[in-house]
Amino acid sequence: MKKLKILNLKKAHSLATERSIKLSEDTLDQKERANGFFQEVGDMALFIKQIVKETFSRNFEFKEFLRQCYEIGNKSLPLIIITGTIMGLVLTIQSRPAMAKFGAVTMLPGMVAVSLIREIGPIITALICAGKIGSGMGAELGSMKVTEQIDAMEVSATNPIRYLVVTRVLAATLMLPILVLFADAFGFIGSWIGVNIKGDVSLVLYIFQAFGSITFLDFFPAVIKTFLFGAVIGIVGCYKGFTAGRGTESVGKAANAAVVLSSLLIIIVDMIAVQITDMLS
Amino acid sequence: MINSQETNTDTISDEKITSEVLIDIKNLKKSFGRLEVLKDISLKLHNGENLVVLGKSGSGKSVLIKCIVRLLNPDGGTINLLGKEVNSIKGKELSKIREKIGFLFQSGALYDSMTVKQNLEFPLVRIKKDLKEAEIDHKIKEVLENVGLADVLEKMPSQLSGGMRKRISLARSIILDPVIMLYDEPTTGLDPVTSDEISELINSVQEKYKTSSIIITHDIACVRLTADRIIMLHEGHVYAEGTLEEFEASDDPLIMSFFK
Repeated sequence: MKKLKILNLKKAHSLATERSIKLSEDTLDQKERANGFFQEVGDMALFIKQIVKETFSRNFEFKEFLRQCYEIGNKSLPLIIITGTIMGLVLTIQSRPAMAKFGAVTMLPGMVAVSLIREIGPIITALICAGKIGSGMGAELGSMKVTEQIDAMEVSATNPIRYLVVTRVLAATLMLPILVLFADAFGFIGSWIGVNIKGDVSLVLYIFQAFGSITFLDFFPAVIKTFLFGAVIGIVGCYKGFTAGRGTESVGKAANAAVVLSSLLIIIVDMIAVQITDMLS
Repeated sequence: MINSQETNTDTISDEKITSEVLIDIKNLKKSFGRLEVLKDISLKLHNGENLVVLGKSGSGKSVLIKCIVRLLNPDGGTINLLGKEVNSIKGKELSKIREKIGFLFQSGALYDSMTVKQNLEFPLVRIKKDLKEAEIDHKIKEVLENVGLADVLEKMPSQLSGGMRKRISLARSIILDPVIMLYDEPTTGLDPVTSDEISELINSVQEKYKTSSIIITHDIACVRLTADRIIMLHEGHVYAEGTLEEFEASDDPLIMSFFK
């Protein structure tokens, strides 16, 4: 009987030890994850600090900045035009039955215009650009890192942050609002097509009705937040590319992480911007 | 005199030494996490010499030259480069000293999105800003001729063979008239004939530009063609040091595994 008690005690002891070890391992694992997260946040803050510092340096790479504007702006335009047109068309077709129920079909252009300008235009364009531009930056800089091109730049006494990162971030920040304006404009055209599927409204009348519902307070905050979306895409894309590992696998990972993180941050920035706009208005 | 672990590593064949020391590394240490790559490295590069750093893959050869140009930050020890302590300088001072160093990367590291001409122009227009377009074109033509390639100006790096890429990369490294050349495995991935051509090119660059070089390699043919002095790294330490003849005559098993 005494032996059995001792045996049970030993079993309980070993079970407790096992659980305690597992708990310690889990705690350590969580600590490492938390450390990794805070380290990444810190690294990104330092990266942004370097970008700001190099943006105001004397030797700004203007030629490369213009090239990046062309790459980001001009080459994304067809995709944005198609997306914007379809966005307007679909929004109109989907909203029409609900508006018709309340006899408010004439308000359709105004509703679509406010939706496009305030929210749908900026957020959809930003998410598309996060996929197209952000992944491109992550992959390009990641592959430059893997093939030692960034090291080569540094060794030849050229600042890679100034040449590669500042130009891309500024180009993305400047080009995104322009792309959003294109998306909005073609959204109006898509919406006009949608209205004309079951009605007959001239483009001039449609635009008159649409712009009649828009105020400066609809337009201004939307434009401001698109600058932030552009900056987010540029910074995250470049950061992920710049901090890619050494193998070719890391290029894919950098591109993927750039898209995921910038999309997430765009939505968070949008949420904050909407709250601020709401409070101010 | 060959110096292996048991003997004094400071003795070098006298005829190879000139008075000026361009790089003086003392007790260099570098780790990656728990992995100690360089444990205690001390070496000197003298003016006008070709110093070959030999060692197995993973022995820290590339880490060593990346520490010299501060692409990696050492954990301990000192690196005196052209009279400056590399560890304690940054910003413009670091850039100034990097202008005096040519670095040939293992992969060539040519900028993919630029033509050969743009690759060569890249350091020149940023460092020597007062040069006129004609002078830049002349300099580009000159370095291309020196590496034996003249008609590839408008080609993209992807259109070049491995050997041609190495030559263009070498041309880009010498375009700023460096004092020191660092070669990271210059013949890796090339066929024996092209490897020999690159090794000859290293000698010809040294002759024309009066450079002093550190050549990281495990290619014995390259060592035979280029080395004035050899240092062998093993397990994070300087394992042996001497001339080519001394290494070839050595009966040390590790050295013999490279040379015989």
